[in-house]
Amino acid sequence: MWRFIGFRTLQAIPVIFVVITVTFFLVRAAPGGPFDDEKAVSPQVQAALEAQYRLDLPMHEQYFAYLADLLRGDMGPSFNYPGRSVDELIFQGLPITAELGFYALLVAVGIGVLSGVIASLRPNTVQDYVPMSLAMIGICMPSFLLGPLMVLVFGIWLDWLPVSGWDQSSGDKVLPSITLGAMYAAYIARLSRSGMLEVMSQDYLRTARAKGLPERVVVIKHALRAGLLPVISYLGPAFAGLLSGSFVVETIFQIPGLGRFYVQAAFNRDYTMILGTTTFLATLIVVFNLLSDFLAAWLNPRLRYQFQKGK
Amino acid sequence: MSETTQTLTESAEAMPRGVSLWQDAWVRLRKNKLAMIGLGILGFVIVICVLAPWIMPYGYEEQDLRLGASAPSAAHWLGTDTFGRDLLTRIVYGGRVSLMVGFIATAVALLVGVSYGAIAGYVGGRVDAIMMRLVDIFYALPFMIFIILLMVVFGRNLFLLFLAIGAVEWLTMARIVRGQVQSLRQQEFVEAAISLGLPPTAIIFRHVIPNVLGPVVVYTTLTIPQVMLLEAFLSFLGLGIQPPMSSWGLLISYGVESMEEYPWLLIFPGLALSLTLFSLNFLGDGLRDAFDPKASKD
Repeated sequence: MWRFIGFRTLQAIPVIFVVITVTFFLVRAAPGGPFDDEKAVSPQVQAALEAQYRLDLPMHEQYFAYLADLLRGDMGPSFNYPGRSVDELIFQGLPITAELGFYALLVAVGIGVLSGVIASLRPNTVQDYVPMSLAMIGICMPSFLLGPLMVLVFGIWLDWLPVSGWDQSSGDKVLPSITLGAMYAAYIARLSRSGMLEVMSQDYLRTARAKGLPERVVVIKHALRAGLLPVISYLGPAFAGLLSGSFVVETIFQIPGLGRFYVQAAFNRDYTMILGTTTFLATLIVVFNLLSDFLAAWLNPRLRYQFQKGK
Repeated sequence: MSETTQTLTESAEAMPRGVSLWQDAWVRLRKNKLAMIGLGILGFVIVICVLAPWIMPYGYEEQDLRLGASAPSAAHWLGTDTFGRDLLTRIVYGGRVSLMVGFIATAVALLVGVSYGAIAGYVGGRVDAIMMRLVDIFYALPFMIFIILLMVVFGRNLFLLFLAIGAVEWLTMARIVRGQVQSLRQQEFVEAAISLGLPPTAIIFRHVIPNVLGPVVVYTTLTIPQVMLLEAFLSFLGLGIQPPMSSWGLLISYGVESMEEYPWLLIFPGLALSLTLFSLNFLGDGLRDAFDPKASKD
């Protein structure tokens, strides 16, 4: 297990490095500087600004200086919010996005696993068709459509829930969390159904039943652990999806989280902010992929052995 | 049901491959009601979108400002938007762009993924190891963020959108094709081609690739909805298709702005997108079962 963790972690480091490098040079290659819109400033001011943001140095020096700063956890000042650092902005938005993501993940895993398992217990009956049709709808109903529709129905027509904000009025976390989690709930429902169906026909479950164990114990203690493996492996990609989904959801519901900062930075050409958030989000995603791999390997010894034999 | 598919599979394997595999798949697909409904809706949508300039009674930019945003009526089946433009017309024209992005970006992914996977699988050895390690690294990259970055940095042009989306979607295709090719290259007809002295490129493109088309077709059908979703997502954020062009994602984002007063501006474009994604997904699932009856339906 430790060997597996070690190898995988070593593999992740170059990935993070590639992300930082590609982002840095992409952003620097962008046509037009961030100060182009400003009214004509005197050459001195221009030079001072450029020196402040280290734009006067040659490209490779900028790059190494940035890497050195990053190692110290310093992502530089924001172009658009003068006097504020990118770190500050990121850590201002992060708790909100993390909370939203956490609730969305709860929605996704809770509803997804439950309906997938329920469907798998009686395949090809109503108990199977209803949740699976709902899952199909969930997959074909992207968050930027589902969100506004729910706002329209539950927020405006029925007037049950607040339609925007975060932590400002009671219940304003419900719609964003469901909007963000719904599509992943649908995928997880499909994954857990097929995973469970595969496991259900295995010999060891027949043995468990033959021992006279009640069906509830067979399903919960014996089948779930193996049947939900595909779901565990999916959690990493799902997390990445949730993060980018938060761009849309935070925009729709006007939530001041990381996602909205990112979209705004993209529109304002706030280069240090884009660079900082991209690096941060990308690293986060890589780390989460890693964690979900570890979890999968811990639950499924076969993955580890495969790895030890050098594949 | 499962017994008949079993015998069908066996007979398909006994027969020479080629046309019979496709006919066999078609027979099985036709029995799948959902997939056929999907195919029907999809065909209908494509025909309407392609023929739009000749069959739509209104022009795409044709305004009737006196009308403003009007609810669905006999003259305007799906109503009009705030400029008095016919919504149905705009949805159909938006669909042209959405479908085009879906098909072209998928074609990019197909081209890159199939060639890459075929080469890696056919050559094998160290080349294969390096090529697939590269795919692993790409897999770990958070692409959604990169696409947004690309659109921001290089402006929002359509060509770049194709490339960016295609660049994400080829990875899975490459993995699938590589696996298939690896098992194919041990078969006799490939050995025969080698002993006849054909160059590797000819063997790969003329003999190997045609034999992996089944899984490729299936995965392609499932990639198109993902691509369309990605395009709509970007356009919704204002980072994809730019006006005066239109797409379903863009229409949805306009619809959101005025959904309180004019909900039909949100509902109908949303319906168009969802329905198309629906049919593509059902068709893809159906094709997967048709080409590989052994694979369980998830």
